[in-house]
Amino acid sequence: MMAVGKSAPFSHAENSVTRAMLLVMLALAPATLFNFWLFGWPAIFLFATTVAACVGVEALCLNLAGKEIGFYLRDGSAILTGWLLAMSLPPWAPWWTGVVGAIAAIAITKQAYGGVGQNLFNPAMVARVALLISFPLVMTTWVAPSPLFSANAPGFAQALTITFGGNLPDAMTSATTLGHVKTELTRGISVLESTANLTALSDMLFGLRAGSLGETSALLIVLGGAFLLIKRIISWHIPVAVIVGVVAPAALAHAIDPDRYAGPLFHLFSGATFLGAFFIATDYVTSPVSKPGKLIFGAGCGLLAWVIRTYAGYPEGMAFAVLLMNALTPIIDQYTRPRVFGRARDGKPLVFNGSIE
Amino acid sequence: MKIFDLPGGVHPAYRKEQSSELAIRPLPLPKRLYIPLQQHVGALSVPIVAVGDTVAKGQVLCVRQGSFSATQHAPTSGRIAAIESFVAPHASGLAQDTIVIESDGQDAWGELPAPIADPFSVDPAEIIERVAISGIVGLGGAIFPAAIKLNMGQQYKLDTLLINGAECEPYLTCDDRLMREYAAEVIDGARLMARALGARRIIVAVEENKPQAIASLKAAAQAHEEIRVTGVPIRYPVGYAQHLTKMVTGRETPAEHRNAEVGVVTHNVATARAVHQAVRFGRPLISRIVTVTGGAIRQAANLDVLIGTPVSDLVEFCGGFSETPKQLVLGGPMMGQPLPDLAVPIVKGSAGILAMSAAELVESRERPCIRCGSCVDVCPCGLSPMEMAAFIRKDKLDAADKIFVGDCIGCGSCSWVCPSYIPLVQYFNYANGVLGDQARQRRKNDRVKTLSEAHAVRAEQAEKARQAARAGKTAAAAPQSTNEVQA
Ligand code: SF4
Ligand code: SF4
Repeated sequence: MMAVGKSAPFSHAENSVTRAMLLVMLALAPATLFNFWLFGWPAIFLFATTVAACVGVEALCLNLAGKEIGFYLRDGSAILTGWLLAMSLPPWAPWWTGVVGAIAAIAITKQAYGGVGQNLFNPAMVARVALLISFPLVMTTWVAPSPLFSANAPGFAQALTITFGGNLPDAMTSATTLGHVKTELTRGISVLESTANLTALSDMLFGLRAGSLGETSALLIVLGGAFLLIKRIISWHIPVAVIVGVVAPAALAHAIDPDRYAGPLFHLFSGATFLGAFFIATDYVTSPVSKPGKLIFGAGCGLLAWVIRTYAGYPEGMAFAVLLMNALTPIIDQYTRPRVFGRARDGKPLVFNGSIE
Repeated sequence: MKIFDLPGGVHPAYRKEQSSELAIRPLPLPKRLYIPLQQHVGALSVPIVAVGDTVAKGQVLCVRQGSFSATQHAPTSGRIAAIESFVAPHASGLAQDTIVIESDGQDAWGELPAPIADPFSVDPAEIIERVAISGIVGLGGAIFPAAIKLNMGQQYKLDTLLINGAECEPYLTCDDRLMREYAAEVIDGARLMARALGARRIIVAVEENKPQAIASLKAAAQAHEEIRVTGVPIRYPVGYAQHLTKMVTGRETPAEHRNAEVGVVTHNVATARAVHQAVRFGRPLISRIVTVTGGAIRQAANLDVLIGTPVSDLVEFCGGFSETPKQLVLGGPMMGQPLPDLAVPIVKGSAGILAMSAAELVESRERPCIRCGSCVDVCPCGLSPMEMAAFIRKDKLDAADKIFVGDCIGCGSCSWVCPSYIPLVQYFNYANGVLGDQARQRRKNDRVKTLSEAHAVRAEQAEKARQAARAGKTAAAAPQSTNEVQA
């Protein structure tokens, strides 16, 4: 092979993989902190466990693969995966969900395929779906918000038993918005009715409702997304396409049969729509590289999420949707390569037929 | 003037202000000059002087070999001290045959070809011939023999001469200064070239960050309505010939073809000035403007330098280094070459010497590709760098070839942007080197094959002829076919 000596360019953009990952974490920070407050110590414990487990599993795998541990850990990707996974777990879930999730995400999804950049599927979403399928009860036990230091919030010691002892007080559980509509629908109660007595949309916007860490505060997630757009860590293509992909079919279906189908705003502000649009579907490694590819990918994620939420057994479809589209990414990439300068789409040199006077 | 959009491009730190306001100064006469026989693309030039000869300034040292080559002239008067292998301005640091002149300090011109008195009424071939014997090559970095490009009117229908003053490489300001200070010469040279080409209009394109250059050129071009001077957006690499052509004419050169295919020939501003000097004064190309700059140089400068001057002379003139340079570069930071040695001479293609400080170099260890897509976004050629690099890494050069690694112009935008610091363009240069060698080898094999097949056919015919002769057929047939065999 070639010898790689120092050669041009001798100039470089002020960017790096680590910087990109750090900025994504910074963008996630407001929503995360808000949810720490909202769900208290158990949420903080679970978050810490999940992130630590991801870093630990990553280090172990790197060691087994004979790779330089410190250098690869410094890219920040394992921390980010742990962070995103923690944000998609029920906040009071027991500690081992984070550990099992870390093994699924890091060892099986990422490192077994060769490490950072090589995985086909989004590690955090594989972990979430694996947990959901294996431990449906644990993964769908949501708690109502009980802000830190509020009257019925668990104290530090009680929180330890919730996260590490599996003592979830029954009285605290609550359904997520999407789950609620879904259950009510099966009981013959129309969407219109069930959403009427549900959390107000404004509460969904600010996050005062049950849900995973990342699902609850739409506003802070959107702010984080806007930050990433401004910093050019992500482009608008995937988020916009995801949102349109969810909202358009929802609006259409709702217009046709409002009793059966929830409206577009409901879909937009509930579940992991925004988290998915800005932080999950935009994962570099598992999404297409070209802009047209990103649009197709995003729209696919949005549409599939709506279909799964509406027709399938799982109320929260974003994780499944993203994974399905991940599988299509190589094909999308192949068909959305840019046109090469001086060539037609089929790769043949252009034929100049302008006039030369 | 309408400006057409282009895909990709990047905005590297330009850092031109360090030298852009410094007027061109002549470098004092060096003691020794080193003239490599190869300073151009094409065939090596052949020395016609011997060690010990005295030469006058402007005298021919080496003649071009065929038309796809370039003549070299003595940049000053003196004695030929040696014709030897000397370190060449090339990344490899490999030595090259070089004529060494010991200056006699007189800097005395020899006899030059007479100026072409009325170049707009003579046969264009005369201008082209003058450019050829004056050793002029593309000074924008392509170092392509200028006369060949001026001859394109013979094969192609042309309507536009595009004078390239984009100078989109960061740091470099030699063209900027040249346009500001010698605008009239640039415009005159452009008109002479348009005449040679038979092009009816001239467009001079300059990146918008050089308003004074644009103003000077506009003033110089005012009297000539066939000339349009236009600013183009600041974005590396707009100065690439095909891309600049598309930007100002909307015409996209078909891949695998020359720019002339769309009726446009491009020349650099400094080349235009060299043509002016050759036609109007009979002066060959023996000097060029060089920008010396970078964070580690004590005093930046734009210098008028004789070809063959050692880089060390320029550095010394600029007060030496203010700190140990982290990287020395010949050319610009995007496409320049690492300077192997300060003894290397300035050649016709050397636009700049950069002494980059540690603070200017953004370096980091290479990480695996994270598929961020930035390289795809910035590639001005619409290529997929990360995909090509992945193929090349696995030594699948054919697969890289199928997604057109051969169309890569080596601009380095992809490497510049990559957050994983993957030296992408290096992969492509390597792959194109190997693929080029393979193609040449294939052509050679084909030629050998045709030759040996022809040989076999002839042998067979000869054998048949002999058999026919032995079989006692008509005596006339045999010699005839033998003749054919010998033919
Ligand atoms: S810019 Fe670098 S990391 Fe990003 S896709 Fe291209 S090669 Fe991969
Ligand atoms: S070096 Fe080649 S592949 Fe990279 S951006 Fe330039 S043209 Fe595209």
